[in-house]
Amino acid sequence: MNKFISALAAGLIFGVGLVLSGMVDPNKVVGFLDVAGNWGPSLMFVLGGAVVTTTIAYRFIFAKGKPMFGSDFHLPTIIKVDQKLLFGAAIFGIGWGLIGYCPGPAVASLGFRPEGPLIVVVSILAGLLLYKVVERSS
Amino acid sequence: MENFTPYASSAGGVLIGISASLLMFLNGRVAGISGIVAGLFTNPAMIEKAWRFAFITGLILGGLAYASFNPVEIMPRENMSTAILIVGGLLVGFGTAMGGGCTSGHGVCGMSRFSLRSILATFTFLLSGIITVYLVQHVIGGAS
Repeated sequence: MNKFISALAAGLIFGVGLVLSGMVDPNKVVGFLDVAGNWGPSLMFVLGGAVVTTTIAYRFIFAKGKPMFGSDFHLPTIIKVDQKLLFGAAIFGIGWGLIGYCPGPAVASLGFRPEGPLIVVVSILAGLLLYKVVERSS
Repeated sequence: MENFTPYASSAGGVLIGISASLLMFLNGRVAGISGIVAGLFTNPAMIEKAWRFAFITGLILGGLAYASFNPVEIMPRENMSTAILIVGGLLVGFGTAMGGGCTSGHGVCGMSRFSLRSILATFTFLLSGIITVYLVQHVIGGAS
């Protein structure tokens, strides 16, 4: 139950952050990626604010040795940089640049502005599952 | 430089950072949206589904709550057909599953613990996003 409530609380804060930051506006996302056009740096401040905050907090959190509710930190165990990582990131970037939505903002938009984001979220889910099928069969 | 919002964007970024920190501090989990969503469907354990479901519910309610008090104006994008939204969404889903993360998992959480994989992934998706926007806006689109 604790884990459920803490995840709900973290999700709420994340959702507010995404809307406040402007990440839910695909015009802003594309504006940030449009370095040769009408470039808008706002998203650099989002990433900057998030990374600086998390970097500082993580130092203290990891120093504790374990999370409040649970025995271990669940961190990715793969450390090798492989083709899958880079090709996957490149494919994600193409989709991101095309529509201006990454997964978080698309989901966070569902409650107040669902028209475009709903199509995007369903397609993201389809893409996710498609990869799982491809991965299993290879 | 229209629509430049350094304060709101920084504040929103800090909130995202606080959320990511809370989820690690309390539950020991990475706040990567693509991974959380993927696990909701692919992880068979009920306890795993439960916290993921709670986080996603919070994400939607948080966005809704903020937007209810501060109306969000978003201009519709030109030439955004349903077909393009579907293709883009498929690429985002496939790519994040293959690359093991998105803007939040690699860009925020991974970079914040200096993971080489996340740093390289972030630079890669930023670069391919920039190239895509360049091609769409300035080569194919032709307009400004």
